[in-house]
Amino acid sequence: MLRLEKRPSPSAFWQWATPVLAVVLTMIAGGIMFALLGKNPVEAIRTIFWDPLFNEQFAAYSRPQLLVKAGPLILIAVGLSLGFRAGIWNIGAEGQYIMGALFGAGVGLALYPVETRWVFPLMVVAGIFGGWLWAMIPAILKTRFNTNEILVSLLLVYVAQNVLASMSLGLLRNPEGGGFPGSRNLGQIPAMANPELIPGTGMHWGVIAAFMVVIAAYILLQRHILGFQIKLAGQAPRAARFAGVNPQRLVLLCMGISGALAGAAGLFEVTGPSGQISIDFNVGYGFTAIIVAFLGRLNPIGILLAGLLMALTYIGGELASFMLGLPAAAIQAFQGMLLFFLLAVDLLTNFRIRFGTRKEAL
Amino acid sequence: MTGTARELLAVDNVTKAYPGVVANSDVSFSISEGEIHALLGENGAGKSTLVKMIYGLVKPDSGTMRFRGQAYQPAEPKAARATGVAMVFQHFSLFEALNVAENVALGMESPPPMRELSGRIRSVSEEYGLPLDPDRMVGDLSAGERQRVEIIRCLLQNPKLLIMDEPTSVLTPQEVDILFKTLRQLSAEGTAILYISHKLEEIRTLCDEATILRRGKVVATCTPRDRSAREMAELMVGATLTPPARAALPKGDIALQVTGLSVASPIPFGTSLKDINFSVARGEVLGIAGVAGNGQDELLLALSGELRTAASTIQIDGQPLGAAGPNQRRAAGLVAAPEERLGHAAAPDMSLVENALLSAAIRRKLVRGGFIDWDATRSFAADIVADFDVRTPGTHVAARALSGGNLQKFVVGRELLQSPAVIVINQPTWGVDAAAAAAIRQAILDRAALGAAVVVISQDLDELLEIADNFAALNEGRLTRPRPVEGLTIDEIGLMMGGAHGMEVAHHGH
Repeated sequence: MLRLEKRPSPSAFWQWATPVLAVVLTMIAGGIMFALLGKNPVEAIRTIFWDPLFNEQFAAYSRPQLLVKAGPLILIAVGLSLGFRAGIWNIGAEGQYIMGALFGAGVGLALYPVETRWVFPLMVVAGIFGGWLWAMIPAILKTRFNTNEILVSLLLVYVAQNVLASMSLGLLRNPEGGGFPGSRNLGQIPAMANPELIPGTGMHWGVIAAFMVVIAAYILLQRHILGFQIKLAGQAPRAARFAGVNPQRLVLLCMGISGALAGAAGLFEVTGPSGQISIDFNVGYGFTAIIVAFLGRLNPIGILLAGLLMALTYIGGELASFMLGLPAAAIQAFQGMLLFFLLAVDLLTNFRIRFGTRKEAL
Repeated sequence: MTGTARELLAVDNVTKAYPGVVANSDVSFSISEGEIHALLGENGAGKSTLVKMIYGLVKPDSGTMRFRGQAYQPAEPKAARATGVAMVFQHFSLFEALNVAENVALGMESPPPMRELSGRIRSVSEEYGLPLDPDRMVGDLSAGERQRVEIIRCLLQNPKLLIMDEPTSVLTPQEVDILFKTLRQLSAEGTAILYISHKLEEIRTLCDEATILRRGKVVATCTPRDRSAREMAELMVGATLTPPARAALPKGDIALQVTGLSVASPIPFGTSLKDINFSVARGEVLGIAGVAGNGQDELLLALSGELRTAASTIQIDGQPLGAAGPNQRRAAGLVAAPEERLGHAAAPDMSLVENALLSAAIRRKLVRGGFIDWDATRSFAADIVADFDVRTPGTHVAARALSGGNLQKFVVGRELLQSPAVIVINQPTWGVDAAAAAAIRQAILDRAALGAAVVVISQDLDELLEIADNFAALNEGRLTRPRPVEGLTIDEIGLMMGGAHGMEVAHHGH
């Protein structure tokens, strides 16, 4: 018989080993699924995890994509993880991401055709402000009226999407675009562009920002009293109040930080890889980042790795469906397995598995 | 006490080990029908594990039990109840938003229709002198009344053995008397009672036999009436006890002044504080008694700064700080230790180092420019562990890994080592073994001797009478006028605490 036994304190080893174990288990279970679909499992797994980075034929295109996709995921997920640790659930990063892009692009386009170096920094500030502002709505409603931030922030995503559509059709539409929806291509305006900094790597300012945020968040959580308060509020809210943590201030702060970072991610995207405001500008980074945050154990370093892994499964998944004709649903199931196994083996951090029954009293 | 010596339950060489600790080692004892048997021991001596095994919550690793001569090994509490074993836990499992009858029904295997059940509750409560209205909401009941709900729930199953875990910790002296009458009546009718307590005087008045546990082993069996409380305490602790030394000290200036403190409770079914006034001088210990749920938690919150009021209601060293938060009050010199250790005074999953930071960041200057000085925090945590004899493998372990008594020592130590001007402690020795309790009381008195004003909120009257200079009681959110402890009688104290909560008529006719 299998029994679970609670560990006196969480195991440091398993905290780091569970993600690796989860990936291995996903490969095994996913391989079985691919085999049942009539594909060679080894080839499928290799196409997902290996080819995007090292296959000579595809790597030139897909390798830079890794950072392009991981950058915004990491940037948003780190912000979200702070709130999640404190028990503050910002589910609306997607909306804050859109608003960041709109504010940033709006400021840039309002200044068009000014060509000075400070336009881009100004747009970054505006993008951060836009995301922050959008996150303040659920935050203030929560602190003032005790509304549920999960619901409000989520619903504001749909509001933001409509604002986005309206902007790409109206105010921000390219006057020289022949009536097509969508703004000017910011990537082609030197003062506003967020270009690939090192050719062939996908590295842009947003990726650099993501790495910096990872480091900053790591220091915040390890060394700063605010990081301690965030952890405390999440683990033991009453102890946090006893320690003098003001829960309302923490809500404003965590929502604000996650909104600002999501806004920044949106701005870097609209000025870089995406290039313009369009109706379908947002592709779900804000939602996927929630998964990344948990995949990374709400730990900045973990999120960095989880963001890269998530980006890899997306790129590899696309490649696999393209090369091997794997159905998109199978790829999604594969990604779902990853999450499932991660949560399942997470148990090992706090519990020990014992085999065999205890001797019964005779 | 029917005089029949027929054996009801026999526990024979029972052993139970948990990872890292042997909770019970070769424990043997027996209870006769109708006997009131005390199970005595310090915290962590293995009392809880033992009764959990009898009640079917835990399986022994080895050893046997017999119930009326039959082999007894309950796989779950249901089986234990079916055999005739019932238990009243120290912490009640009642739903506050349901009424008494509904709560009783929830604990039964096959509850009868509600009207019939209400009738049975009434008749049982009258028969045993435990008045209880089946239609009342549990949220509105006092702690003593809630305990009656649990007892009646057990009695409806006609138990042969009733286990009671520290039942008097929530009762006034008068309520204790009523409970004892009920227990004696049950015993006279042939129901055996296994009575867990660390209050030795109670055991001497109530119990026929006592089994004393220390570190998981039976160290003695005795007849409590033939032994002094001190003898039993020393058997329990395995050492000679010395009562805390208290020097008569000249009182200093007023360090804590509370004026007209009224505040609504933030706790559902909590008790609002109503116009509380008192002051504590440097070097003075004010003891605040009261039955649980009469505003103790709220008073602590209001004093610690977790609950805010008008600035003028609370003055610390003359500074009006009623509107200030916990950290401003700490800066002014006030430290507080809440009753609930895990989740309020300490974060369960955080290490002792992190928990040391939790409340000591301000006074011990563990944070500079927003950044935590972990080295200083670690050494502070190590100091607490060393000075207060906290038994732990190290300061890196999570707070929840510590036993209740050890965590209490850590929490109290953390506050006392901050050289405070005002100390507020709720239940300083709750669940702590006798030796540690004595050490904690001594540490509190030492701080008072160094000039701290101390407020001790406790449900343990003996404790308050031992360390307090002045005595007041909380009753439904009101505080009586503090009176000097010298010359107070137990009856006066009981009246200050609000008597027996309408139970005076309880045992008429019995």
